Amino acid sequence: MSRVLDIAGLVKTFGGLTATDHVSLTVDTGEIHALIGPNGAGKSTLINQICGELMPNEGHIHLAGRDVTRLAPADRVALGLGRTFQITSLLDDMSVRENLGLAIQVREGGNFRIFDRAARRSEVWAEADQILAESALGARAAVKVADLAHGEKKQLELLMALSQRPRVLLLDEPMAGLGHVESQQMIEALRDARQECAMLLVEHDMEAVFALADRISVLVYGRIIATGTADEIRTNPAVREAYLGEEDA
Amino acid sequence: MILLFEQLLNGLQYGVTLFLLAAGLTLIFGIMGVINLAHGALYMVGAFAAAWVAIQTGSFWGGLVSGLLASALAGVLVELGVMRRLYARDHLDQVLATFALILIFNQSAVMVFGRQPLFTSAPEIFSGAIEILPGLPYPTYRLFVIAVGLVVALGLYVLINKTRVGMLVRAGATNRQMVRALGVNIQGLYTAVFGLGALLAGLAGVMASPIVSVQVGMGDEIILATFVVVVIGGVGSVKGAFVAGIVLGMFDTMLRAFLPATLQQVMPGPEAQALGVGISSMGIYLMMALVLLIRPRGLFAARG
Amino acid sequence: MKRETLGLLVVFILLALVPFVAALTGQASWTRLVGQALIYGMAAASLNFILGYGGMVSFGHAAFFGIGGYVVGVFYHHFDAGTAFLGIIPGTDQMLITLPVAIVVAGLAAALVGALSLRTGGVQFIMITLAFAQMFFFLFISLKTYGGEDGIMVRRTNSLPGLNMKDKATLYWVVLVFAAAYYLFLRRLVQSSFGQIIAGIRQNERRMAAMGISTYRYKLYAFVLSGMGAGLSGALMVNFLRFASPDMMHWSRSGELMVMVILGGVGTLAGPFIGAGALFTLETTLARFTEHWMLPVGILLLVVVLTTKGGLMALVAKLKGRAE
Repeated sequence: MSRVLDIAGLVKTFGGLTATDHVSLTVDTGEIHALIGPNGAGKSTLINQICGELMPNEGHIHLAGRDVTRLAPADRVALGLGRTFQITSLLDDMSVRENLGLAIQVREGGNFRIFDRAARRSEVWAEADQILAESALGARAAVKVADLAHGEKKQLELLMALSQRPRVLLLDEPMAGLGHVESQQMIEALRDARQECAMLLVEHDMEAVFALADRISVLVYGRIIATGTADEIRTNPAVREAYLGEEDA
Repeated sequence: MILLFEQLLNGLQYGVTLFLLAAGLTLIFGIMGVINLAHGALYMVGAFAAAWVAIQTGSFWGGLVSGLLASALAGVLVELGVMRRLYARDHLDQVLATFALILIFNQSAVMVFGRQPLFTSAPEIFSGAIEILPGLPYPTYRLFVIAVGLVVALGLYVLINKTRVGMLVRAGATNRQMVRALGVNIQGLYTAVFGLGALLAGLAGVMASPIVSVQVGMGDEIILATFVVVVIGGVGSVKGAFVAGIVLGMFDTMLRAFLPATLQQVMPGPEAQALGVGISSMGIYLMMALVLLIRPRGLFAARG
Repeated sequence: MKRETLGLLVVFILLALVPFVAALTGQASWTRLVGQALIYGMAAASLNFILGYGGMVSFGHAAFFGIGGYVVGVFYHHFDAGTAFLGIIPGTDQMLITLPVAIVVAGLAAALVGALSLRTGGVQFIMITLAFAQMFFFLFISLKTYGGEDGIMVRRTNSLPGLNMKDKATLYWVVLVFAAAYYLFLRRLVQSSFGQIIAGIRQNERRMAAMGISTYRYKLYAFVLSGMGAGLSGALMVNFLRFASPDMMHWSRSGELMVMVILGGVGTLAGPFIGAGALFTLETTLARFTEHWMLPVGILLLVVVLTTKGGLMALVAKLKGRAE
């Protein structure tokens, strides 16, 4: 079992506020590791540090053995880090197919070419079409992202992230804003995806967490107060206290 | 040595003018996120109004009041008519709209005042010179300008750091969305900030009217230096505008004063002159390039 | 696709006929005016690539336009005087040399400015590009050897082998061919892999970075390509007007180019050319009636920006939509 993501002793302060308080956390190959915690626990700050949009004050982040603590976001992607956004961040003027095609095109490279025709890169579009056909978005391929339903956007984000063939995928609240049916679809999609990469799943939705996670870590006020299996976390008194009145466990 | 000190003071006076312009501009950039190329036009309005009234009435002080009123009025009109519609638009639209304003202001000024510059003089009390150093008589009026600038700087400091309104201004400069979300009367705040900026620009123009030639296009020249000050000082920071303004003002003045002569030691006359003037003009931009290399967001950038 | 090509062909033919029409109707100045509009169109189109497609609001584009022009001017100056640039590079009046060099030099300048400016964004980026362009303006004014404020008179248009460049019509057609070639180049560029990345960066830079694109590198590449295009147009302009001056790189010229882009419709291929034609026509027509023509232009621009979204082309598209 190798460690695909290794976070050690991460600290982030903003003036007097400690948003990330000596966080240590690992994700192994083939694992879905969920990160839960009440609002304001510092999940977003932690995610931004893992992705490289924010630099930690102390601590290290290793991706597949490489120290990426100071690397730019794009470089981390090259090393195998993928992510989805809590508030979907897509190319609104382009269609579903075009978004996915662009993601694949980026992965394939050759993007400084100025005399080719992107539309003629057949391997890229063939792969995009295949992925779409096998997904729930097949019928919506030609629709502009701006016109998609919220759940569909989330699905597309997942597809695009997976198309990058990441080693580990950071999922920032993929269930946020989804209705019951859409949530089930997303859980299914994630279950299918676990064969492709390890995942760090940051979520509020306990149903999804318990359905998918191999391990769960609990983040409260920037500190990890517990890590363990679903049963261990469910019965952990500190966790229950932190969540009293917050979620239906 | 005497010459050096004199030029330092000139630089300080120019720097203070830049500060007055940059302070308003940086607040407008920082709080409203709006780029206003026409800020220099308000400077011009202040200068023209002050000069014209001073010439007609013979009173500098009448000119001062008129200049301030005119620029404040112009500022309000611009905010109501144009800026309001630009807050939500993207930068390209803002650039073009305010560029259009420059064309309108400049051309209107030409139509009203013609292309000839207006000349006014300092008020009676300040018309002499004070011997601040043995052998160095320095124009009293310029000392007055420096003093006014420093007083305004102090006033702004107090306003921004010690008052409630100032707190809103600081908050807005660091996080616009947050201030909006807090339910503050955003439109009122914006109008107030823009008005303040217009007033400062007008004051700069009024103060400058006896020293520089008051003509169409004066706003465009100084607005570029003002942009450099804002970039170096950091968008949204009045402190940055102050430090960068003074430093740049002195740097620019010193370069212009001493570079051509220095070059003339190694090059033939007219070429050295032209090259010296050219490089001096480039000086502040080179400084900007240097600062950007080390601190892309400026020296005192407010986070946002 | 077919209809678009047909339309372009028709436009090309119509433009090619301008010298004949001018001769027939006795309006000799038309050839010169349309030629200038075409060159400005190219400059605006080069700006449109980074602005409309890339989302980078650069206010210093005129600098590269002017630098390209000055390459031609400097080459001619040395050619005329029999001297050499920096003592080693001889002057020339051959377009086959001056144009490529203009493109490369403008590209280098763009690389320099872009490398520094693109580390910032938003309001800062606009001001910085503006400032750098003005810096070049002051630089060229200070070069007394190359005319300083007065610029360089290029008494003879650069020669192209086998063509009589003194003939107004020939020169116009050369410009037309360049404009057409540049348009086709831009069309290819927009459809290329690189073009798609740039379009993606405009829409959502964060998303592109999350996909692994080091956006700074791509933006810089686009900035340089765009600067090269501006350099080419500047070089053509100096050949056309036989005059190079620092005013070519004044920031108000940058503003004019932006106005052309927005008038024609940001982010379309034909837009910049249409905008250039429209603005140029407007300016020259108004200038006949009043010396204060900048006032109505300013008012018009203000109204257009405040009320429309997408410029003339969007307006046309809307009207077309209503008609269908």
